[in-house]
Amino acid sequence: MTLQPRDIALFFIVFGLIVATGFLQSWNVALGIFNMGLISAIMALGVNMQWGYAGLFNVGVMGFVALGGLGAVIVAMPPVNDAWAAGGLRVIAALIAGLGTIVGAVVLWRRMERGLRRTALLIALLVVGFFVFRALFDPAVEAIERVNPAATGYLGGLGLPVIIAWPVGAALAAGAAWVVGKTALGLRSDYLAIATLGIAEIIIAVMKNEDWLARGVKNVIGLPRPVPYEIDLQNDPGFVDRVTGWGFDPVTASSITVKLAYSGLFLGFLALLLWLTQSALNSPWGRMMRAIRDNEVAAEAMGKDVTGRHLQVFILGSAVCGLAGAMMTTLDGQLTPASYQPLRFTFLVWVMVIVGGSGNNFGAVLGGFLIWYLWVMVEPFGQTLIGFITAGMTDGFWLKEHLLDSAAHMRLLTMGLILILVLRFSPRGLIPER
Amino acid sequence: MIDLLNALAVLANFVIMPALAYGSQLALGALGVTLIYGILRFSNFAHGDTMAFGAMATILVTWALQAQGVTLGPLPTALLALPFGIFATCLLLLATDRLVYRFYREQKAAPVILVIVSMGVMFVMNGLVRFIIGVDDQNFADGARFLISAREFRELTGLREGLAIKSTAVITVVVAVLVVAALFWFLNKTRTGKSMRAFSDNEDLALLSGINPERVVAITWIIVAALATTAGVLYGLDKTFKPFTYFQLLLPIFAAAIVGGLGSPIGAIAGGFVIAFSEVTITYAFKRFAGYLLPEAWEPDGLVQLLSTDYKFAVSFAILIIVLLFRPTGLFQGKTA
Repeated sequence: MTLQPRDIALFFIVFGLIVATGFLQSWNVALGIFNMGLISAIMALGVNMQWGYAGLFNVGVMGFVALGGLGAVIVAMPPVNDAWAAGGLRVIAALIAGLGTIVGAVVLWRRMERGLRRTALLIALLVVGFFVFRALFDPAVEAIERVNPAATGYLGGLGLPVIIAWPVGAALAAGAAWVVGKTALGLRSDYLAIATLGIAEIIIAVMKNEDWLARGVKNVIGLPRPVPYEIDLQNDPGFVDRVTGWGFDPVTASSITVKLAYSGLFLGFLALLLWLTQSALNSPWGRMMRAIRDNEVAAEAMGKDVTGRHLQVFILGSAVCGLAGAMMTTLDGQLTPASYQPLRFTFLVWVMVIVGGSGNNFGAVLGGFLIWYLWVMVEPFGQTLIGFITAGMTDGFWLKEHLLDSAAHMRLLTMGLILILVLRFSPRGLIPER
Repeated sequence: MIDLLNALAVLANFVIMPALAYGSQLALGALGVTLIYGILRFSNFAHGDTMAFGAMATILVTWALQAQGVTLGPLPTALLALPFGIFATCLLLLATDRLVYRFYREQKAAPVILVIVSMGVMFVMNGLVRFIIGVDDQNFADGARFLISAREFRELTGLREGLAIKSTAVITVVVAVLVVAALFWFLNKTRTGKSMRAFSDNEDLALLSGINPERVVAITWIIVAALATTAGVLYGLDKTFKPFTYFQLLLPIFAAAIVGGLGSPIGAIAGGFVIAFSEVTITYAFKRFAGYLLPEAWEPDGLVQLLSTDYKFAVSFAILIIVLLFRPTGLFQGKTA
């Protein structure tokens, strides 16, 4: 269960690649890759819990990551008091009414006898509930969005330290996972895939369109940071003296210090998670999960609640993705719903897990760093490659122009090829499950 | 009375016609998904991008034909290019099967592994399409735009509301009907089609009866290529070609296939129309429609729109969830295991 020399060597190779970037390009770039690598590793851990432990196929990673980002905004941004006065309570009342309708419908469905009366009452309840919801919701939203739309136009957050947002983002993602898991687990394995694909698209649609919540495509910028700002460091004489004493340029040093602070924070969380997931995997619970994954029928015959365990691990894994999402939004300092692309946030994480080694937490972490590194570097590599191929062609030749323009799309092709090749020739990944 | 007719014209123009066309496109897409599911037994995530590839190949041939001055008169040139597009997609899918999927078939890998593999194929196809044609909108529709324009309809009937019949919508429905008829004839009447259905129903029994599985699989891919390319081209003609929208079509297409019952061709068609009609009806603003039917005093202030069009995916998703909760096998008993 522990790392073998070969695995440690693989980690050294990947970190060596990142360090080489530091020497060859700049330490800013290298630390940027390292920080996103840490976040990618956490996402990969979440997916690995679902796929590696339990064999659940989640294609909605993007949605859970985005919910984590939403959590960061809701917790960390300062509240917009005028907007709360204009319609904050009314929106909450509307949401409670909507939720109450759904809960009422579920209770009605469970409690009443099967028959025409139940169906009629259910439909009536849903229709009335929907119109009550809209009647409360629409004017409140309009009032909120009218409050200084250029700068706010949304409710803002709670104004709490951003670190608190991380568990909150995880909790949001866990809630969404509960809804999906409750409906789609226990059915065919592909159904979960389609359901998660759907919920991810819907979460992104909500975040793009509900301006009252997090400004939609107008983006929330300037999230509070858990680490100092570069400009404050540059204005701090003690800091400037120290770094110039060491022979560094204060501007570069300040941005590197900030990035290092993030690295330390993320590294701490990753280590904690890695310890937790490893303990879980090696506990009786972890053995049970793998037993269920390897033979559901046998596990069920031994008295294990297969659907219940699946729901549990699905929620846990999604919560980890939500945590990573909140961390990423904190690192970016902004929430931009339009930037959530399924190919980048769902499928890339899958490539990380498969390449790293599904079922092995260290493998997932390694995959997170390696694939993120490749994702960043493939583009310049691709440019160079295309430049090399087209070098012999005359300038202005249509094929040359076209190839140079399309070099940016090399990434998808490469990632797809890596996934297919690894699945074909090394399906257990770089650090296989043991 | 005249108000009622006006209201119906509004409804037909903004709900029924678009939903019919969209439903046909979804049905063709869902048929492809359901066939792969029935024969190869996995959910093909690359289907949206297969449609994009087919549409792209057709568009390239269409441009070449247009450059040569070849057109179909009032019909879009793309119809002439369609067979070439299908041929290219066939080659791509057969090559993919040979290079990628066959290995897992021989290994008898779990379906979920094949789903992940299809995800990798999706990446590659998506990259290929972007690499060749780029990510932008491509317009390739030519020929007559309307069979009957809104103005002609108004002059013809004397109604205040016009019903524009887009030629692409009519072509979509006609082509879809022809393709579906041909497919069902093939599946039910020909020897090969029967062997495909036998293979789908019971693989072991089919193998014992001397059916060559590789041949069945190859024919399935060819049919899927034809269906996917046709669906992709029709969608592109009716709306617009943009690689990313084809990826997003995956959700409604899968919803359609599951609602109808995975593995059931009739179900795929029914599911396509169920999804399309619900999506269009729920996101349509009924203000004008209600304006004709209700007394003036009751005329609504708002748009009378249940959901904004941005949430059209939520509709397919909600229907999918309802079906999963209450009837996981779909409307037409599909496969469950």
